[in-house]
Amino acid sequence: MPLLQAKNVTHYFGGLCAVSDFNLDLEKGELVGVIGPNGAGKTTVFNLITGVYKATEGEILFDGTPLVGMRPNRITSLGIARTFQNIRLWQELSVLDNVRIANYTQLKYGTFSSFFHSGNFAREEDRTIQEAMDLLAVFKLEDYADETSKNLPYGLQRRLEIARAMATHPKLLLLDEPAAGMNPNEIGLLMEFIQWIRKQFDLTIILIEHQMRLVMGICERLKVLDFGATIAEGLPVEIQNNPQVLEAYLGEGVEV
Amino acid sequence: MTYLLQQSLNALQLGSIYALIALGYTMVYGILTMINFAHGDLFMVGAFFCFIAATTLKLPFIPTLLFSMIGVGMLGVVIERAAYKPLRQAPRVSAIITALGVGIFLESIVLVLYPYPQSVPVLLPNVTWEIGGVVISSIKIIIILLTFALLLLLDFIVRRTMVGMAMRAISWDKSIVPLMGVPLNFVISFTFFIGTSLGAAAGVMYSQAFPVIDPYMGVLIGWKAFISAVVGGIGNIRGAMIGGFILGIVEIMVVAFLPSTYRDFVAFTLLLILLIFRPYGILGKPRPQKV
Amino acid sequence: MAASTQNPKRLQGLRNLWESLMQKRWLLPVLLGVGFVLSFAIPQFNLVNPYIQLIMMYVGINIILTTSLNLINGYMGEFSVGHAGFMSVGAYIAALLSTRVLPVEWIGWFFPFTVLIAGLGTALVGLVVAIPSFKTRGDYLAIVTLAFLMIVKSVIENIEAIGGPRGIPGIYRLTNLPWTFFWTLVAVWVIRNFIYSNFGRGVLSIREDEIASDLMSVNTRTVKLQAFVLSSFFAGVAGALFAHVLQFISPRVFDIVKSTDMLIMVYLGGIGSIAGSIVGATVYTVLLEVLRPLQVWRFVLMPLVLVLLMIYRPRGIMGLREFRWFIPSRDLFARKNWHANREKKEVSDATPAS
Repeated sequence: MPLLQAKNVTHYFGGLCAVSDFNLDLEKGELVGVIGPNGAGKTTVFNLITGVYKATEGEILFDGTPLVGMRPNRITSLGIARTFQNIRLWQELSVLDNVRIANYTQLKYGTFSSFFHSGNFAREEDRTIQEAMDLLAVFKLEDYADETSKNLPYGLQRRLEIARAMATHPKLLLLDEPAAGMNPNEIGLLMEFIQWIRKQFDLTIILIEHQMRLVMGICERLKVLDFGATIAEGLPVEIQNNPQVLEAYLGEGVEV
Repeated sequence: MTYLLQQSLNALQLGSIYALIALGYTMVYGILTMINFAHGDLFMVGAFFCFIAATTLKLPFIPTLLFSMIGVGMLGVVIERAAYKPLRQAPRVSAIITALGVGIFLESIVLVLYPYPQSVPVLLPNVTWEIGGVVISSIKIIIILLTFALLLLLDFIVRRTMVGMAMRAISWDKSIVPLMGVPLNFVISFTFFIGTSLGAAAGVMYSQAFPVIDPYMGVLIGWKAFISAVVGGIGNIRGAMIGGFILGIVEIMVVAFLPSTYRDFVAFTLLLILLIFRPYGILGKPRPQKV
Repeated sequence: MAASTQNPKRLQGLRNLWESLMQKRWLLPVLLGVGFVLSFAIPQFNLVNPYIQLIMMYVGINIILTTSLNLINGYMGEFSVGHAGFMSVGAYIAALLSTRVLPVEWIGWFFPFTVLIAGLGTALVGLVVAIPSFKTRGDYLAIVTLAFLMIVKSVIENIEAIGGPRGIPGIYRLTNLPWTFFWTLVAVWVIRNFIYSNFGRGVLSIREDEIASDLMSVNTRTVKLQAFVLSSFFAGVAGALFAHVLQFISPRVFDIVKSTDMLIMVYLGGIGSIAGSIVGATVYTVLLEVLRPLQVWRFVLMPLVLVLLMIYRPRGIMGLREFRWFIPSRDLFARKNWHANREKKEVSDATPAS
């Protein structure tokens, strides 16, 4: 059974159709890219999967469980995590706290214990600090643990966002324009990095990206959106030469 | 039936006053996203200016109204420059707390000057007619008409003048507007001037309808006007008017048909229910969050 | 020349003293123990005059109010204006227990339970107010809390059986310095514990970015409920203590002005800092008492001071910084401990088993 299935997903904002008839069968371990011009509805697809919006029509199934209508925090605890186009770290909080908080569902003490720091509070807190620091070390951020996250340089903030997403123990990771603002050298490193975490954490990944080098370099297959509709899908090599895709990005009447 | 009509008139009068005060709130909020909690106290100062104009200066109604509106308007600008301008980049709450402080300051200064409630001479012609059992007083009519006139004037300024356009622009993006050559500080001060002078006008009219004034009269009314502005959709001028009238009508009608102690309870419960069904106010639009 | 080099040296000397003091965390329980003993000794031996003892009790009550309000306004980033409403619920529950429900011989020894019951009753009300917070935020939630305050006041005014607009007079003076100290300690301790827990961190994340919190698996509804319940519980406790020191309560006592006082204390001290709440409550209460001889002029001076403070320190006296002794050592030394553990592990891994 595919890990993620989207069937005829359509979403309206009032009268405006943001996504129309989006379909996806995602097998475990795949690395799929979603591309398209700005405003094509790519982030909306992410928002629909993660529960920020409730799809107007259609079904989304994760490991067989229907997601439409489920609250976002439940969807995340099922194993879907994401990063954001505009970084959404908890700015005034420390790097360590950003990662720790994402571990919310893993902490096994209740309200009463939190009031009195009793029961297995100490044990659980120590465990999560250990895990969070270990995770930061994997992402080479452990030295910044006490730093206020808004003070980190841009590139490290992006890395932290991914680390935070990983703290939710996801099976499926949605990356929204992870290469935004990066130079070619950084993009190369990012490509290796994504491949590495995919292997290390046994992840299935959906990637939204504008940087074609990244997309063509690591994605196994692509879906192309324009004005909410899927205009092409297939292997990167096929998409590269697809006339409709070129038209969507470059406009009509352009000779390539 | 006549009782209902009678109370409707009272409701329109009170609603007008609430609407005017709510307008002042909403104008400042629309521009600076700041809740000027001193607004209710500026309403009170307006009433006291009216008192001074009527007793010491012995002015008739229109000059009194202008004296109060312009006087309080300038006071509003002074307060804005001295207390709120330094906090434009600070967290919003700091400005709100400052506003609370300014309000307390105004109350206490007036209390020092006038330790006892004062009686305001009624300057409006007090003529009553009786139509079909309903007593209509000229004071009520004038207040209602004057309020509408001011509301129309405000609507005109905001929608048809350059300054009004600048005000609307600032409410969308404060940082860009100066780059377009608009004098930011002037427009903000102008907004405060208009907003507070409307509050003062409400104070004058309130003192004509209910001629005993005291330094704390603005506190509860201020919060009620704030609620009216939010219920109407905060930042929305038409919404503030609607919100004010709704509150005035609800208050008077509750007192008319239920024990008077139920007034606040019913009024606030209704407002709460309204907010549950329209969480952003009647005419308000949620600022869309891009995820 | 000599003077200008002396000052930095003196400053550095003070800083070093402060640092070495902060290292001695064990001092905190010691000081609290001393405080507890003093809270008995002072009234027993009249070490300070009764007027100052009264002020100390009001400071304690205000600390409880400020810390509990800070949970909602500071840590969760909301703007609740209705805290006085919670306080009044607690005050009324406690006053009714002491004056109407309990037999007179009981009310003395039952007092801690009276306060507890008042807190629990208020917590239940807090549950109800929490629900609108799921969907609304910001200024609209502020209105909900304001409406709540007005409704509570109105309801109390309309129920003759509990005194109506005239209130409840003749409450016994059961609040004393030891009990105030006790409940203040409990409030600060429990709230601090909550903040430095999974749920407390969830509250902070909601303030920063609620959508991100939801998407990072934080159950924002649970966390909001907990915060409101905890906050209103202690507001009720403060109300109960207040009723038994003022000895008279009426709906007018718990109006918007009281809520305004609490707001000022919270933002004066610094949001997002428990020490800030303590400082804000203490400074405000003491300042108003010290200025009492000025009579009405103190409400001219106090707001001026407040406005100046907001202009020069918009985040409050302590801002977002927390007092080091309040931060649990596992959080404070997380990075150091982790490094130490790792080194230990490397050493033991490298050492061949014998």
